[in-house]
Amino acid sequence: MYKLVLCLRYLRTRYIALASIISVMLGVATMIVVNSVMSGFSHEMHTRLHGIMSDIVMESHGMNGFRHWEEHIKNVKEVIGDDIESITATVHVPAMLSINVRGQWLPRHVTLVGIDPDTYAKVSDFSKYLKHPENRSAVSFDLKENGYEAPTESPLFSAGWNHRREKAAYEKELRAQMKRFQVFEETGRYPNEIIISNQPTPVAPPQQPNPLRTVNHEEEVPIIPPHANDADAPPLPGAVPAELLINQEESPYDVANKGADRFSAARGTLKTKIYDPMHDQATGIILGIAIGSVRQRNAEGIVKDYFMVLPGDDVKLSFPTSSSPPQIASDTFTVVDFYESKMSEYDGAFAFIPLDRLQQLRGMIDPTEGTAVSTIQIKLKEGADLQAVVNKMRATFPPEVFPYRIQSWKDLQGPLLAAVEMEKTILNILLFLIIGVAGFGILATFYMIVVEKTKDIGILKSLGASGSGVMSIFLWYGFSLGIVGSGVGMIMGLLFVVNINRIAGVIEWITGKEVFDPTIYYFREIPTIISPVSIAWIVAGAMFIAVLASVLPALRAARLHPVEALRYE
Amino acid sequence: MSKTSSTQQDFALQAPGDSGSKINQHGLRGPHIPVEKFESSADKSDKTNPNVGHLYTKNLVKSYHKGKIEIPVLRGVDFTADEGRITSIIGQSGSGKSTLLHLMATLDAPDSGEIYFENNRIDNISSRARDKMRNRDFGMIFQFYHLLPEFSTLENVLTPLMISNGMWKYWSQRKKFRQRAEDLLKLVGLGHRLNHRSKELSGGEMQRVAIARALIADPKILLADEPTGNLDRKNGDEILDILRKLNRENNLTIVMVTHDNSIAEQADSVVRLCEGKVQTA
Ligand SMILES: Nc1ncnc2c1ncn2[C@@H]1O[C@H](COP(=O)(O)OP(=O)(O)O)[C@@H](O)[C@H]1O
Ligand SMILES: [Mg+2]
Repeated sequence: MYKLVLCLRYLRTRYIALASIISVMLGVATMIVVNSVMSGFSHEMHTRLHGIMSDIVMESHGMNGFRHWEEHIKNVKEVIGDDIESITATVHVPAMLSINVRGQWLPRHVTLVGIDPDTYAKVSDFSKYLKHPENRSAVSFDLKENGYEAPTESPLFSAGWNHRREKAAYEKELRAQMKRFQVFEETGRYPNEIIISNQPTPVAPPQQPNPLRTVNHEEEVPIIPPHANDADAPPLPGAVPAELLINQEESPYDVANKGADRFSAARGTLKTKIYDPMHDQATGIILGIAIGSVRQRNAEGIVKDYFMVLPGDDVKLSFPTSSSPPQIASDTFTVVDFYESKMSEYDGAFAFIPLDRLQQLRGMIDPTEGTAVSTIQIKLKEGADLQAVVNKMRATFPPEVFPYRIQSWKDLQGPLLAAVEMEKTILNILLFLIIGVAGFGILATFYMIVVEKTKDIGILKSLGASGSGVMSIFLWYGFSLGIVGSGVGMIMGLLFVVNINRIAGVIEWITGKEVFDPTIYYFREIPTIISPVSIAWIVAGAMFIAVLASVLPALRAARLHPVEALRYE
Repeated sequence: MSKTSSTQQDFALQAPGDSGSKINQHGLRGPHIPVEKFESSADKSDKTNPNVGHLYTKNLVKSYHKGKIEIPVLRGVDFTADEGRITSIIGQSGSGKSTLLHLMATLDAPDSGEIYFENNRIDNISSRARDKMRNRDFGMIFQFYHLLPEFSTLENVLTPLMISNGMWKYWSQRKKFRQRAEDLLKLVGLGHRLNHRSKELSGGEMQRVAIARALIADPKILLADEPTGNLDRKNGDEILDILRKLNRENNLTIVMVTHDNSIAEQADSVVRLCEGKVQTA
């Protein structure tokens, strides 16, 4: 009984001891904050890294990929069929994307992925990140009328067929104006009407009055020219049909299927078909949002997306064919959607087009041998052991026989994930060392208290208190200081974590500097995850250190000879 | 030892009606009840052990070591404290009085020699048994009072009970304990100072608190080391009066160390310590 009473009494009267555990408190609070933010960060990274990836990627080293991929899929299904949720085949190829901005062609290096929209959406979270709600439930490479999810003031909000038609009309009007001007120069008379001949003209750069449209429409330049609503305008031969850009000799297999889009294919007459951007779209392409836009801070310091290309605009792609040596194939595509996984590595790297079209353009369709793909991607069922499945697959396709690489998404992102884990571990060690240092503070303070209480210890012993009883006073003392320190630290840490974005805002307001720069991280907010288990570990660790630090002084108190303590005043 | 402690243990649990004679007007139920009551209550344990509070030493030797130099303090002390009497130990400063008292209170171990309490040897028993004895059988009073500064008067008095009782046991009997502590404080004349801190008390008051604390566990023997050494004449006399009253009314055995002849003379017997040996005076 006296142990508890004295312990409480010492707690109440020795504020110096409370001061000594402030460091424990701060250590616990920082550890909780750092762990929560790091977990939030790494969880966000995990989901995003995993987001547009499947669980397992089996890729061919060769430029022309697997010839017998359907058979491989069958093999895979035989081996690990129970664990497979879905499976798809894709073609990956490095490509050069050209975006026309203000009459200039901007090159972008992308990884072009040919996908089968239905199965690919089942294999990864890719569709979840698409900007058009309809595409999220069923991915399609058809341009939507409108309805892209974006703030109303963002140009993306009004993109789609509307945008395409307005732009086409504007370009047509621009050409008409130029023609009139030409006539005026030649004849000295300004013509009322111009008949534009049907003969192909060089590819008209899609002139835009203000291509870098901003989310902020304060000084909006009207994109819609005065005559834009001229819906009855005749088809404009402004753009060259996409198929003319392809070197036919390099892709001998795809003659039959060659067409700018499914509409033209339906109309059949390939060469005579007129590609009218007013009504037609080229093959759809889905771009990572960072490919077609830049996220920047404007003069007022507000972070905005500036779009260089929007759904409805045409872009060009050049990529190597599968022949040896590879030739360059190019084609025009119509941007139909963006995806935003918020992983800048992905959002700035990948472009998706339909698998069959890519196979066709790259010459991966062989009339006798069938098609080829470059990767097979597998999504596993919930709870399947990723590494075990990878090992099984590696056994099925031994590297000595098959020039394939089988990797889990974790292998693919290994360095990045390992770096984050490493960072977390090191930070935890450092912070725990801080708590350890605080432990020495406790030790010193406790030792002083024991020395100061020498007489009291002697008195207690003369009254019949045992050595272990006196010892437990100080152990309890350390323990309760540990509880107070880690408890307050935990509450502080949790409060900090819960309000971290507000606190970051305050710091930003005071310093005028962004704490968590969304242009770098692609996060709007600092992500946090409060993990009860890790908090329990931190608190237990801090308490352990507090108790450990009080063991030595408590032992001294227990060993104290009562006579020595009692003899003098 | 075990027999005596069992009679000690249940004092607080005793219902007022049952052998109520054991609780005297001071709320004390020492083993040293008046003779006629002692006879009538016919307590078995008291009868089988007639030497209640009887303490004696045989040839006690104790020396201290300062580095390699040995400082002999006690060189074969034979000392007896008879039950129900006040024995005073007198001697010059540094003659080893405190050392002897500490040895008898089992706070220190002698180099050689034996100590007996109620015919049981106590200098070689386990530290647990010693702790228990200090708690229940011995009441200690010091020259410098030795109160716990963090505790109030009442809590200081209750400390031995807090030590002997676990949390639950103490809690369930706290009212009884508190009442007893208050009674004892009234007995020593401090009924009005229950919640003062020890530093708010005068020396005489502190020594009274120390006496109340020494009595709370109902000891069989009181060991007082110069209880008046730090007090003025008037306060010292009052303290001595209290001790004498306790001895008279409760038949409490008292060993009192002093260097003051006039105080020593008031005891039933006086033992003089000189050069580490006893000189009977
Ligand atoms: N821990 C110790 N180390 C060395 N000498 C001690 C120690 N304690 C006591 N002494 C010596 O033992 C002698 C007896 O001390 P003490 O019993 O306190 O005497 P008294 O109480 O009669 O004044 C003194 O000379 C003292 O200096
Ligand atoms: Mg002394």
